[in-house]
Amino acid sequence: MLNRTIAPPIKDAIDFNLHLKPCTKFTLSNGIAVYAIDAGAEEVLQIEWVFFAGNWYEEQNMVAAATNYLLKNGTSKKTAFEVNEHFEYYGSYLNRASYNETAVLSMHCLNKHTAALLPVISELITDSVFPEDEIQLYKQNNKQRLAVNLKKSEFVAGRLIDEYVFGIDHPYGKYSTAAGYDALDRQQLQQFYKQYYQQSQYKIFIAGKLPKDIAEQLDKNFGQQAIPHIASDKLQLIKSAAEKKYRVINDQEGVQGSIRMSRLFPNRHHPDFTKATMLNNVFGGFFGSRLMSNIREDKGYTYGIHSYILNHLHESAWMVSTEAGRDVCEATIQEVYKEMEILKNTPVPEDELLLVKNYMLGSTLGDLDGPFHIIGKWKNIILNELPDTYFYDAIAAIKSVSAKELQELANKYFVPADFYELVVI
Amino acid sequence: MIQYDKFTLSNGLRVLVHEDSSTPMAVVNVMYDVGARDEDPAKTGFAHLFEHLMFGGSKHIPSYDEPLQVAGGENNAYTTNDLTNYYCQLPAENIETAFWLESDRMLSLAFSKKSLEVQRKVVMEEFKEHYTNKPYGDVWFKMRELAYTTHPYRWQTIGKELSHIEKATITDVKKFFFKHYCPTNAILVVAGNTTRAQVETLAEKWFANIPAGEKYERRLPAEPKQTAPRKAIVKANVPLDALYKCWHMSDRLDDGYYAAELITDILSGGGSSRLYQALVKEQQLFSNIECYHFGSTDAGLLTIEGKLVKGIKMEDADKAVEAELEKIKNILVDEKELQKVKNKTEAALAFEDMGIMNRASSLATYELLGKATLINEELNKYHSITREDIQRYARQIFDLNNCSTLYYYAAENQ
Repeated sequence: MLNRTIAPPIKDAIDFNLHLKPCTKFTLSNGIAVYAIDAGAEEVLQIEWVFFAGNWYEEQNMVAAATNYLLKNGTSKKTAFEVNEHFEYYGSYLNRASYNETAVLSMHCLNKHTAALLPVISELITDSVFPEDEIQLYKQNNKQRLAVNLKKSEFVAGRLIDEYVFGIDHPYGKYSTAAGYDALDRQQLQQFYKQYYQQSQYKIFIAGKLPKDIAEQLDKNFGQQAIPHIASDKLQLIKSAAEKKYRVINDQEGVQGSIRMSRLFPNRHHPDFTKATMLNNVFGGFFGSRLMSNIREDKGYTYGIHSYILNHLHESAWMVSTEAGRDVCEATIQEVYKEMEILKNTPVPEDELLLVKNYMLGSTLGDLDGPFHIIGKWKNIILNELPDTYFYDAIAAIKSVSAKELQELANKYFVPADFYELVVI
Repeated sequence: MIQYDKFTLSNGLRVLVHEDSSTPMAVVNVMYDVGARDEDPAKTGFAHLFEHLMFGGSKHIPSYDEPLQVAGGENNAYTTNDLTNYYCQLPAENIETAFWLESDRMLSLAFSKKSLEVQRKVVMEEFKEHYTNKPYGDVWFKMRELAYTTHPYRWQTIGKELSHIEKATITDVKKFFFKHYCPTNAILVVAGNTTRAQVETLAEKWFANIPAGEKYERRLPAEPKQTAPRKAIVKANVPLDALYKCWHMSDRLDDGYYAAELITDILSGGGSSRLYQALVKEQQLFSNIECYHFGSTDAGLLTIEGKLVKGIKMEDADKAVEAELEKIKNILVDEKELQKVKNKTEAALAFEDMGIMNRASSLATYELLGKATLINEELNKYHSITREDIQRYARQIFDLNNCSTLYYYAAENQ
């Protein structure tokens, strides 16, 4: 007779040997670095061109994002329509995204179409012209999108908390405004494009079942243009707000409040970082976390509550984020502080610690499924300028961290007076 | 080409196995043949609320999540109008943990009152977060009621109104469970670093002695053919006027479904699509416009929605959309344009197949439709669609009498 009360035996994930497939690096004729993962069964590729062209480098607000967005809206040879039609005809997905330090062009495609697609990517990087009518349309439509987003408490809260923590002039703290869209002009975009795209040492990340001649194809399309190597890092000063607590009414009739609680936190190079990630998981980093168990699964105040450490290259922040019923927002905040206190005062029980370790390692193992995930891990290591052993160091740290260390970290960082606190209704 | 094996346990549970030794992980996916369309019109939102309760402990196991996390696993679930799907991914060595957990909750839930009380609140917050507290968040409540008079697609998965969720009782929960959550109404798919032999052994061990249950015979009222255009007007506290239009289309197994999919791509599948180029770029009537369908099992809806550029009149925007639809009805689509959307579909299918999680849920979905083999036949179905098919189905779908239109006005503009 089957006894269903007894769990089948398991292998603890801390006993797994996790292996990150090494990444191949090669250099194009002009010095551009390519990082490649050759894996997978499907005849598909993902290629990313990563430029140091995020808002960290812009002189005027929103220029970096506008330049990135409009990269594919026309070259001297093709209209925006023709560019789109070309990529879409070959069933490829061409995307672009602008972050704080970096801005990215990315493409997903079937291997058989690279020869038709790569030359046009090269055209976008070297010959985008930013037509005036495209810029006007971009302004108009983005101002409209912004007006809709500003009605959402979660959108407003996300902006305000960054502003309080980093300051409105800091790349991590500033945000889009209608006036900012109006102030964009073509010359600024062209100038930014020239400096941070045309004349920059970008990096290429490629993953999938790589065609045999991929190095030649990349060199032909991206290795021929001479690119000056200009080291350009700018100093950006954080100016956190003096006041720590905010309550904002965005919509009188709102039925939920968007709660954000945040404090500054060092970047990935800091010795506390990996172990703090562990503490974060116990606290609010996954479905079984303390915050989720208490505030969702016991009290039902919210559909979800999460804590996380922001993925910034220079400085980071620790964030708690949730949307809770309007009348339970204050109670939710008190429960968050209560959970911090418990972690400061009582060591995490051994069985819970093992659970979180197993969960983290199991999910890391799952994250290594397929070439796109693997290159993602390497991209993180390379862009953060972390040692090649970072993946294994982090695994070792997760395996070895003790309840005592987590308690020490909780006492170091879970200081309520350091946290900015915001509710937007 | 996705390889798989299939067998059926004596209690009627269908089991599909997809072996992939290149991954260290395994996925265990259990799909139940029940969705929001199977709900009582007075108790909507129940299938989804029930999905939450599936994590509140089962007959012999007080917590579902914890033992799975200890085994290094992750899980989630979703409910649609058509089905409910539960999936977990864990290191392949620990695959039996998933069999243990999934089989116990198929056998019986714990039916904890506390779980019902808490999840009721959680779902109500989910309702507020996604529908009440969002600009335009109520639009699909109104659109579905306009487009359907009879079929239970009239309501969304989250439910018609909060009060239905508020009123759910533990008796409702038990009845629902024993009606729908049994081997004969379920499909188990196991994918990843496993073998058919291993899955057979584990399925026999954990699932075979669960009572088969009664086969659920679905008898849903069919939606009568729409015979006249329908129209509704809403005014709300939103910043921009928005236009929503939808049309009835073919069910999931009909050839018309594939044509409809390609039609949505021709109209709005990217920066070179027709609606975007004509109405956003050239005429600048909309700041964004999209055309999509819901992928429903029964005859579903194809939709066009867009936000108007400030100052543009709703009637003018509507007319311009209609004019684009007249083109696809009256002029054969260009060979190159058709090839473009077929190429896009080919790539989309290839990317969809990348993870074992996707492959497992696709297999379950196709098996639920009655034909797991479809997973490898889809691409050919798209390839066989001709220019004439596109025209024929466009005429059928975009018939003026088949259309429901909603003018969603910004209160401040009026």
